[in-house]
Amino acid sequence: MITSFLVKSLDRTIVVAVAILLALAVIVPALNLLTAPEHPLHVPTYLVSLFGKYLTYALLALALDLVWGFCGILSLGHAAFFALGGYAMGMYLMRQIGARGSYGNPLLPDFMVFLNWKELPWFWYGFDMFWFAALMVVLVPGLLAFVFGWFAFRSRVNGVYLSIITQAMTYALLLAFFRNDMGFGGNNGLTDFKDILGFNIQADGTRAALFAASALALAVSLVVTSGIVRSKFGKVLVALRDAESRTRFLGYRVEHMKLFAFTVSATMAGVAGALYVPQVGIINPGEFAPANSIEVVIWTAVGGRGTLIGPIVGAILVNGGKSIFTAAFPEFWLFALGGLFVLVTLFLPKGVVGTAQNYLASRRASHAAARKESESEKAASLADAETVAAE
Amino acid sequence: MYRIIPTVLAALFLFVAMAPGLRAEEGLRDLVNALGEAKLSEMDEHIAALAKTGKPEVVAILEALGEGELYARKADGQVFLTKENGSNLALTDPISGDSAGEAPKAALSKIRVNNSVRRAVRTALGSLTLLSPDRNQRLRAAQSVLQSPDADALGAIENALAAEKDGAVRAVLEQARATMLLLSDRPVEEKKEAVRLLEENGGREALPILSAALGSADESLKPDIEAALASIEQAQAFWNAGQNIWYGLSLGSVLLLAAIGLAITFGVMGIINMAHGEMVMLGAYTTFLVQDVVRTSFPHLFEWSLAIALPLAFLVTGAVGLALERGVIRFLYGRPLETLLATWGISLILQQTVRTIFGPTNREVGNPSWMSGAFELGGLAITWNRLWIIVFALAVFAALLFLLKKTPMGLQMRAVTQNRRMASSMGIRTPWVDALTFALGSGIAGIAGVALSQIDNVSPNLGQGYIIDSFMVVVFGGVGNLWGTLVGAFSLGILNKFLEPYAGAVLGKILVLVLIILFIQKRPRGLFALKGRAVEA
Repeated sequence: MITSFLVKSLDRTIVVAVAILLALAVIVPALNLLTAPEHPLHVPTYLVSLFGKYLTYALLALALDLVWGFCGILSLGHAAFFALGGYAMGMYLMRQIGARGSYGNPLLPDFMVFLNWKELPWFWYGFDMFWFAALMVVLVPGLLAFVFGWFAFRSRVNGVYLSIITQAMTYALLLAFFRNDMGFGGNNGLTDFKDILGFNIQADGTRAALFAASALALAVSLVVTSGIVRSKFGKVLVALRDAESRTRFLGYRVEHMKLFAFTVSATMAGVAGALYVPQVGIINPGEFAPANSIEVVIWTAVGGRGTLIGPIVGAILVNGGKSIFTAAFPEFWLFALGGLFVLVTLFLPKGVVGTAQNYLASRRASHAAARKESESEKAASLADAETVAAE
Repeated sequence: MYRIIPTVLAALFLFVAMAPGLRAEEGLRDLVNALGEAKLSEMDEHIAALAKTGKPEVVAILEALGEGELYARKADGQVFLTKENGSNLALTDPISGDSAGEAPKAALSKIRVNNSVRRAVRTALGSLTLLSPDRNQRLRAAQSVLQSPDADALGAIENALAAEKDGAVRAVLEQARATMLLLSDRPVEEKKEAVRLLEENGGREALPILSAALGSADESLKPDIEAALASIEQAQAFWNAGQNIWYGLSLGSVLLLAAIGLAITFGVMGIINMAHGEMVMLGAYTTFLVQDVVRTSFPHLFEWSLAIALPLAFLVTGAVGLALERGVIRFLYGRPLETLLATWGISLILQQTVRTIFGPTNREVGNPSWMSGAFELGGLAITWNRLWIIVFALAVFAALLFLLKKTPMGLQMRAVTQNRRMASSMGIRTPWVDALTFALGSGIAGIAGVALSQIDNVSPNLGQGYIIDSFMVVVFGGVGNLWGTLVGAFSLGILNKFLEPYAGAVLGKILVLVLIILFIQKRPRGLFALKGRAVEA
């Protein structure tokens, strides 16, 4: 069953994309670690981290595409799942600091010592073990999405209403994480990480490994989402996106299917967040900002929702543009981003990849039609010839 | 031994001063001179003795003492009021007020004061100025006495009370008298009266006075005091609840203002306008510009600046809204999620435009005088600007309701909302109505911006703070229903303010958001849901 799932999931574009990702996962770290800094093909470490960050964004966009592109749920709260995954990873990294913090407390992170806390809050237990933290990276966002989605889909909150309450959810979390007594570092969040799994987090090797892990995670997620989308279940998802009532009347449990997609998507966002945090070295409540969630939507929209490659392309394009723009003309980035929102919704509703695919498909179709036409013409002329001959 | 002599002398002077038949002025001068020789620890008694004379000259002397301008001449121990004049001091006779020449600083020694002396001076001044001809001075004096009650000053208070005509001053004096009575050794009957008076006047100040008195009171008095305490606490709880409701109404009116334009664009037209908050922000910046022009060119019109800004803000944001609808939104009808994204993009552009023109920092918008200050209503402290904003929010609401229900334009709007194709066949130009409705909603957001500029920071981020709350209000109240928006705004405002004391401001807000999310599960269409076929559209 798993093999059939895999076979179904791998159409040509996905195979190419996965191959590119896997190649990147090998080549970029190799170019970073094995070539000398003055070598023309050398990739500096900061670029490795930057591209690693883009890959985690791409994973987040892919997660959103699963619910928005294939299920019609426009979640404006995906940054919340991303940030929760990031916080889970951040807590693990905080515990790894141990007695090397500025206060030298072996048990408590610096900010707790600063707040005069005497012991570790209960929800920090277990985060000194990587497996536990990794479990939480998936479990916490997944559980939140499950509970939230269970309430929302059961009472048929959909469309714009759902968007607004997901936005309210991430806003509430933003406010909550800003509080010092929540026990997550308040305003400053979690930072000053030292090492991960025993390796120095600043070292080139670790950075390269994190990049490779991000590429790998993206490739695996691509295969999984592709498998979901191309399965029978995926077909029904698309059906409920386009005509929810009709799908319900046909006997499908629409709310269960939405809930499944939403939860899977949230766990993917959590993984993205967990890979993001060690590469940028900080997680703070700003990640919960509603604006972040909406930015993810624009990545997906630019790339093309409803295509699996689209969000990945979109995330990398928009963020690459952002990096260039904010360095060159910092004032104009928001104009560009705002303009992108308007232009894409007005003129490119299918996004870059969707439009390109359509174009290719229509060209193929017209080729085929032309071929058919020329064949029929040939047949006709043959027939003509026959009639002429008969006369 | 040497140190005791002045004390003895001072005591002697004191005695002499009070001895009948002596010339008052001489007695006073001795008392004043005694200040120069007294030790810090004895100053209290001397000051009290001075105050007891009740002479008007004493006020100036005590004030000078408090300021450190009272000096004693080393040669003969005479005390003078002084003013610095180069390296010399200009001397003034404390009793007659005549100039007494100048003297080098070295010839005089300053009469030292410390905090306990200053306190004594303040108290003494308090009871002295109780008889001042200036009403405001008397009021201040009465309040200062009330703040540091002293049983010894009771006589002075009673004298003042007998002479006092002004109602407000009398009230404070009576309160002070009651307070002092409790501390004094007067008979229980009078004290009971005092307790009753304190209970009647109530107020936050009475609680510590009564509980302090409870400790030292007679057995027969205790039940009275306890009853009074209980009743004051009850009244306090009542007023606290009232104050919370007031804050809630105030917050609700802000929410109403922010949300009411949205109730038109989102509620009536179904357009998700994420740039709504930026319309509010543009309205606030219009106010800033108007005030800027008024300040530089027509300063006498400052009181009217808000009235000038109102129509301008409506026009500016209405025009932006119109352009937005014609330029972007009309291509996206029937695609609500895309509308959301496009308007979000527009909100980013508007924010950045304002940031580029006006800078990222807060701009100052002044309050006209009729909007500043506060007054008290029972136990409530009410600020004028909050009151005006509530009034204004309700006025905007009423005007909008009138517009929708009673004017041809409102009729057309409702017709287009209910059945676009039918309205179109009846000859209504639906695209035109769409554009005007959107412009109206945006214009109202601009008006809200004028009001909110009075209580919030005018910065490019102004709108972002309101957008989520506004959507919550509209969704909570029920889409497509103005009354729902009104009820939604005020109930959310009051709920928020009642949660705040228990949960803190941030947690209270989070709780409200969670409650709304749960509420939407229960009633997905809000408090006042539209019934009938329109729901499915």
